[in-house]
Amino acid sequence: MSQFLYLYRMTEAARQDNMGTPERAQQSMQRWMAWMNDLDAKGHLKDRGQPLERTGKVIRGQQKTVTDGPFTEAKDLVGGFTLVEARDIDQAVELSRGCPILEGGGSVEVRPVMKMDM
Amino acid sequence: MDLSEHLFRREYGRLVAALTRIFGVHNLALAEDVVQDAFCRALEVWKVRGIPDNPGAWLMAVAKNRALDIVRKERTARTFAPELSRVLESEWTLAPAVEEAFSGSMIRDEQLRMMFSCCHPRLSEDVQVALVLNILCGFGASEVASAFLTGRAAIEKRIARGKKVLAASKRLFDLSDAESGARLSAVRRALYLLFNEGYHGASAETAVRSELCGEAIRLTMLLLEFPGAASPETRALAALMHLHAAKLPARLDLAGDLNPLLEQERSRWDAALVQQGLALLDESASGPIVSAFHVEAAIAAIHATASSIEATNWDALVSLYDRLMSIAPSPIVALNRAIAVGQRDGPVRGLEALHAIADLERLSNYPFYPAALGELELRDGNRSAARAHFSTAATLARNEAERRFLEKRMRECEPLTIHPQS
Repeated sequence: MSQFLYLYRMTEAARQDNMGTPERAQQSMQRWMAWMNDLDAKGHLKDRGQPLERTGKVIRGQQKTVTDGPFTEAKDLVGGFTLVEARDIDQAVELSRGCPILEGGGSVEVRPVMKMDM
Repeated sequence: MDLSEHLFRREYGRLVAALTRIFGVHNLALAEDVVQDAFCRALEVWKVRGIPDNPGAWLMAVAKNRALDIVRKERTARTFAPELSRVLESEWTLAPAVEEAFSGSMIRDEQLRMMFSCCHPRLSEDVQVALVLNILCGFGASEVASAFLTGRAAIEKRIARGKKVLAASKRLFDLSDAESGARLSAVRRALYLLFNEGYHGASAETAVRSELCGEAIRLTMLLLEFPGAASPETRALAALMHLHAAKLPARLDLAGDLNPLLEQERSRWDAALVQQGLALLDESASGPIVSAFHVEAAIAAIHATASSIEATNWDALVSLYDRLMSIAPSPIVALNRAIAVGQRDGPVRGLEALHAIADLERLSNYPFYPAALGELELRDGNRSAARAHFSTAATLARNEAERRFLEKRMRECEPLTIHPQS
């Protein structure tokens, strides 16, 4: 089994639209719980991960310049991550199809964790 | 742990109220943004880490912190609640003031003030109901639209119009205001309309309908917590809602407004709601005024306590409908009265009463008028007349469930088939 990182991306507008009213909030919560529980039950959930704030700082270059961002309003921001285990990238992609974020206009970036075979 | 939609609805109204107390009603949009943001933030954590033991308290903590941030950042640029302007200025008093705004009794009072404010006399009743749903129950524009079978754009306009009036009012309704007598009846009326939208509404989705009824009951019970609003009439309204809501599980099965005529599965009625309704009706029977709500609740109580159609006291129902016709006449009340007459005195008398309804043209699009004609003709043995009425009714059906029910009744009128006599 290999490990893969799911990066959840969504715009601010889509985020508000998907969770900002009581009805949506409840639906969203139910879908996510169902999805996470399913991953867990099938033994794919390595680490549930963490949600990320949508603000932060970027430190760049030799000058070590600190800026807010790199956030622009319209851009898909990483809002959280989860670590899963799967046979290969194809299976990891297949599993990600069930992610509720896709219903709400967001995306899942699937990144293989690099293996260090010595 | 499972999260109910009610949690989010309840918390939405509570948090918007608390935040409006801090920010002022002119910043209602800001308060709503903060609540939306609190929902998003909480959910993002819960999705991966699981639901905490006390999700309500969690949401409140997020909203509280955000309120503190906003006041600190913007207190020089923005004016917040005029009542609190002094205490929000100083760090010494800011945190306690925010804490107080989120206390149980403060939130309750603020929700009540919001409810009264939404029922401003300058706003039409449909705007009032849309505002209550939006601000106090957290229904988004598209959810209000689906509840009222109206377009989203029209509802957005309606809500925006209402909020403009709210924001211009500078501060929320003062509960101790002498005007609250007149305003109180507007609030009751709006809650009654909200309930009816759920109970009688043509909205196809049963989930939406029970949700509306549940919200109307929740807000009416909140109203009863305020001594100035806990009049016999408000109790009668609460009684009426409980007694009707008890029948929802059976009612949602199609039979619509013909229910009084047809045997229902009474075992599916919610016994706890019936008991609560009867207790409220009992408590409402004080004071000199017998309101339309009292009479409607008494009617509902007769239905709710009868063991069957035959055991129903139709004589008492006819008198109550007569009384209701004298307080709040309407063609729908007359229709229900005619059905009761038909049960008491037989189908011929019932049909006479149906034909004698004044303002009949107001029922011309109402499927359950021809359906009632159909039922009574059927009982009188006129199968083909009955069939024609059901056929008319089916063309007026407002959703699939009504259509299926009415077409089924139509088929049951055909000769040579054995139909279950109710």
